[in-house]
Amino acid sequence: MQWLSALLPAFLSAVLGALGMGGGGVLLIYLSVFRQMEQMQAQGINLAFFLPVAAVSLIFHIKNRLVDFKLCALLIPAGLAGAYLGVLLAGSLPETLLRRLFAAFLLLIGLKELWSAFRAFREPRENAAGKREK
Amino acid sequence: MFKKVLIGAAGILVGFLNGLFGSGGGMAAVPLLKAAGVEDRRSHATSICIIGSLSLFTLGVYLYRGEVQLKNALPFLPGGIMGAAAGAWLLQRLPVKWIRLIFSLLILYSSIRLFLR
Repeated sequence: MQWLSALLPAFLSAVLGALGMGGGGVLLIYLSVFRQMEQMQAQGINLAFFLPVAAVSLIFHIKNRLVDFKLCALLIPAGLAGAYLGVLLAGSLPETLLRRLFAAFLLLIGLKELWSAFRAFREPRENAAGKREK
Repeated sequence: MFKKVLIGAAGILVGFLNGLFGSGGGMAAVPLLKAAGVEDRRSHATSICIIGSLSLFTLGVYLYRGEVQLKNALPFLPGGIMGAAAGAWLLQRLPVKWIRLIFSLLILYSSIRLFLR
């Protein structure tokens, strides 16, 4: 039952993620907001979920020669340091504060997505990949 | 030189968000890559490579600190892998502005609910 009830939200989260929406946080929103899971637990599950999903997307993107490995090599080492600091901070904050910070972050993401949607309406006939439709 | 420092700072910010929230690195990485002059689809693809690597490391730290148990994530994997393949296929074929509009409203609603919880 647990597996069955996870199937649809997981599927939709990954579809939205692959379309470039929500920055890989859609499942986290579901777990935290709709399942009321503890924030750190939900974040950890979201990370574990994101990895195979990212791997599948990467296979497609590498095949299409869309990945800039030079930039990856520059950004990843700096990112590792930041990630470690982020986890330390998340682990030391009270649950309520972390949840509120995430809510504020979501507010920003929501406004940004709303803005992108409005822009897409103003420039019609363009699909998700930024290609003009015939 | 200045550009390299800027890229380094951007990397730290992306990693920090990903570590703090277990997600959302992509929200910073994609606009940063675009600002560095990388074309849209390339930014999106490159950000997945960056965030994927950072997420692997972050998950390792979460596991080491005992913040999460891997078995709790397992039920979400089959749907996730199918969804990723479906999404990558749809990306070339779907006009997504309506989905994006509905999705943005859902996120704003979620944010308010989370504030009030």
